[in-house]
This record gives sequence, C-alpha cells and structure tokens, in this order.
Amino acid sequence: MTYTVTAEGLGKSFGGHAVLEHVDLAVETGSVLALLGPNGAGKTTMVRILATLMRPDAGTATIAGHDLLTDPVGVKRSISLTGQYAAVDEKLTGRENLEMMAQLLRLSRRAARARAGEMLSEFDLADAGDRRAAKYSGGMRRRLDLAISMLAQPRVLFLDEPTTGLDLRSREQMWSTVRRLAGEGVTVLLTTQYLEEADQLADTVAVLDHGRVVAQGTPDELKARLGAEVVRLHFADQAAYERALGGLDPVRTDHRLHTIDVATEGTAGEIFQILGRLQAGGAPADKVSTYRPSLDDVFLSVTGTRTGTRTGTGTNTGAASVVRTEPKEMAR
Amino acid sequence: MSMAYALTDSRVMVTRCVRRSLRDPEAFFTALMLPVVLMLLFVYVFGGAFDGSGAYVDYVVPGLIVLCAGFGAGTTAVAVATDMSNGIVDRFRSMPISGSLVLVGHVVASLARNLVATALVIGVGLAVGWRPTAGPAGWVAAAAMIVFFVLALSWLAAAVGLLAGSVEAANSFTFVLMFLPYVSTAFVPAQTLPSWLRGFAEHQPFTPIVETMRGLWMGHTSTGAAVGHEAWIACAWCAGILAVSFAAASWLFRHRTAA
Repeated sequence: MTYTVTAEGLGKSFGGHAVLEHVDLAVETGSVLALLGPNGAGKTTMVRILATLMRPDAGTATIAGHDLLTDPVGVKRSISLTGQYAAVDEKLTGRENLEMMAQLLRLSRRAARARAGEMLSEFDLADAGDRRAAKYSGGMRRRLDLAISMLAQPRVLFLDEPTTGLDLRSREQMWSTVRRLAGEGVTVLLTTQYLEEADQLADTVAVLDHGRVVAQGTPDELKARLGAEVVRLHFADQAAYERALGGLDPVRTDHRLHTIDVATEGTAGEIFQILGRLQAGGAPADKVSTYRPSLDDVFLSVTGTRTGTRTGTGTNTGAASVVRTEPKEMAR
Repeated sequence: MSMAYALTDSRVMVTRCVRRSLRDPEAFFTALMLPVVLMLLFVYVFGGAFDGSGAYVDYVVPGLIVLCAGFGAGTTAVAVATDMSNGIVDRFRSMPISGSLVLVGHVVASLARNLVATALVIGVGLAVGWRPTAGPAGWVAAAAMIVFFVLALSWLAAAVGLLAGSVEAANSFTFVLMFLPYVSTAFVPAQTLPSWLRGFAEHQPFTPIVETMRGLWMGHTSTGAAVGHEAWIACAWCAGILAVSFAAASWLFRHRTAA
C-alpha cells in the first residue's frame, strides 16, 4: 500500500488553545479521505497546514514524497487547494481567472489561453466563461475554483468543505466531479461536516473532534463498529424510559419520544436478552424496531464521548457509547 | 525562483490589479472626477479669498496632486484589505510562486492610477490658467518627485491595508491622508496658520514634498526660498516612508497569512 499523504503527530495551538493535538493521518495514493468533524474540530487548520499555508507547532508530514517542513516548494508543486471560500477573483471573468492562474503556473500566454478553454468546457462553464465570476452562482463559483485547482494537474487535491452552502443539485454535481477526479488518479483529502458527503465520496473517513482523530476507517468499517443493527426501543411513558436508561448502553436517546437506541449484532437471542432484562427491571419496552447504523450514528457515538452526557461503560461492539438527548442538534 | 519567473508573475499580478481597477466603475469614476472637481473648487471658489501674489492656481496645483494621491492611497489600502479578506491570497500562497507578488501588483497598479490622476490635475490646471515657469529639467525633476512620493505612499497604503484587518478599517486611512494636506502648506502658506499649527505644518512630510514641486515648477517655494533644501527633506521623507512601509508590508504579509 502506498500513501501520498502521511502526517505524524501534527499539533497546532492558537494562543494556548490546542486546535490540533497529535494528529496522525495517511491517505492512500489515488483514494479519497474525508476529514469529518463539527465546526471548530480543526479540519481547516489541518488542511491549511498540509497545504503549506500554516506551519505546525509539532509533527511532520510528507506529501507526494516531499517533506512539508523542509521542502514546502516541492509540496506546493504537487498540490492544489480549494478553500472554504471560493478563491476566485470576482472582478475577473471565469476565463481570465483561469488564464491568470495558468500563467502563474508557467504556461505561456497562448498555452494558458488554450488550457483555460479546455477547463471551462471540462467543468461545464463554457457558456459562462466570459462573464465575471461575481455573477456566478455558488455552484458555478465552486466549479471554477475546482477548475483552477486542476489546472496544474496536481497529485493531491485538498478540498475544504467543498459543498458547504451549495444547493442540492450543485452539491451532487460537485460530488460527481470529485468522483471523476478521484477516478483519474488524483489523491483527494476533503473536509466536511456532512456525513452523507463522507459516505458518498470517501474511501476512508477520519473523524476529527476537538483536534484529535477519534475514529478512522472505511465508512463500512466505522458503521460496523456499532454492530450490524441498531435496536430502537420505544417506551410507553417517561417513567419507564428513565428506569430503562439505567440498565442500557445506548447509542442515542430521545427523551421526548421515549426511545433508546442500542447497538447490537442483530441476532434474535441478543434482542430477546435485552427485552428480558428490561422486563425484569420493571421497564418493559412498548415497541421495538431496528435499523442499520448510519455514519451519523457513528459520528454521534465517537464525537459525543467528550461533549455528550456519557452513561454506561463500554459496549460489546467496542465503540464508545453515548447519550444524546437532542439528536436534531447535529450539524447537518 | 528565477528572476524571469518573478518578472512574469509580477506582470500577471499587475495585469490583475489594473483590470480590477478598471472594473470598479464607482471608484474609477471618483478617482477621475476628484482632480477636476477639486481644481475647479479651489481655483474658482476658494481662490478668490486667497490674497497672494499671482493666481491661486499657481500655488495650489502641487497641493491638489498630493490630495488626489492621498485618495488614491486609500483606494490601494482598501484593495489590499479586500484581497486579504478573500480566499484568493491563500490560493496564491499555496502555489509555487512568491505570494507577496500580490503586493507588487497592487503597488504598481496604485502607481499607475495615481499617475493618471496627477496627469489629470496638471492637464486641468493648465486649462484653467496654471503657468509654470519650469524648463524641461524642472519638469523631469518634478515628475521624479511625484513618482517617488506616490511609490512611498503606495507601499504605505499596502502596509495599512495588511494591518487594517478589515475593508472598513482600511477605508478610514483615506480620511487621514486626505486630511493631512490641509494642515500643510498645500493650500495656504504656513505663516497664515496659528502658531501651534504652524509647527506641525512645517514639519510634516506633505509640506516639503509640496514645496519641492512648487519650487521646481514656479521657481520658488511658498516662502520664496530656493528649492534645494526642501527637496532633500522631501526625498528623505519619501525614502524613510518607503523603507519602513516596504519592510512593514513584507513582515505583515508573512505574519498575517501564516497565522
């Protein structure tokens, strides 16, 4: 297995406040890694460090064979960055933006013009090429931004929240573009706060919370950490719900709907045992349903360990367990 | 990085900033109207109250040049602050080029804008009766003074734009620079000012710069002295402002963007 991006022990603090603490990361060549986390988790800081915009306080990283600290120019030659805010010159047209950046990448004026034309059609902007970027929609601006990033045919592409603020259609268009680029062999490191985005695009997901990687694996591996099925237990009233809470190890709860979700392997015996225990404890479940865990549940269970109210100790699946009484608070 | 690349990159950055200037119709229009309106205002409205020897226009042209340069510097500071608040500087910095060339683009575009405004002041001045006595050497020397001054002011503006942190804060720089010429000998001789203001007016940088231009064009300064002494002081001010601003801008660019 070869890795295009490896980071070891990266740390960064701002004014004594640690934003990243000893982060290790490895992105396999040609794969897509999603750095998933809520606002303030340190995602942007991580990308800015890897893109040479910021020096880490601790740790090392190698990108496309270049050491981040000793050979930043080599790193710059191998990467492209599409930041959180579309980095295009709004007063220039799409074509002028591309031509300007192509010239800065050492293309002659004529070659820059030709390449700009290619990129405009490749990123579905041919009709808008001669309009100023200020007049572009959010989706078009991101596409232009991405087109600029792809001018240099980088080996590594950093995408910082590539679809934040986009409507559904533009988001899906962006996803298919990222998939296409990944298919062409570009190694992609993207940050996102959308679980669906990580699920859709990523080969590997690293969950970042309070500056630490709290879980890492393929989306399926992460989901498997919660077991095969999540059992949702409905209780008739508040009293039964509260009595049941004490004896269970939930992945999520809802105190208004009186539901408690428990991760299981999905076997009849296991569910029978849970129901029996509840019955014996004087808090029988009213209704039972099951669903397959989503990345959402994984996210809650791993990030909630520091922010949520924790109950119980350990689970049969090995994943940390957590109670979140307001699942709707999740950043979506 | 080789010199040829740095030159190409600078050219690209300058093209970008010049295009941006031309595409901001309000700022562009204001920058062009300002010299004309101010000239007419000072010559025909205030000029009548001015009791000096000769026409007021002969006195006031250098003052209007520095006033317009102050406005131009404000525009530059705002342009730099705008860039810093957008993602584009991060993009430049993540590319294998020297990111600080962004500033070179702004300064050269600033120089170009200000020289256009200066030419306009001179043109309108000549049209309303300004009659400088300078020969070709005097004109060349005056032009050199203007370029030196505008260059220093543009780097100062770039540093202020980096320091400001917001576009609004950068904008207030315009007011400071447009206010300072009024407390110099740009529009009235120092002896007409109250004594506590006179000290300030005589020792602030705008005064020797204005007096040098005036002396070169009209043959004598507002105090009737020869130009030599004022010219040295003006050059020292410009060199000092340029050196400090350039160093500050370079330092600020590195630290603002690496935070």
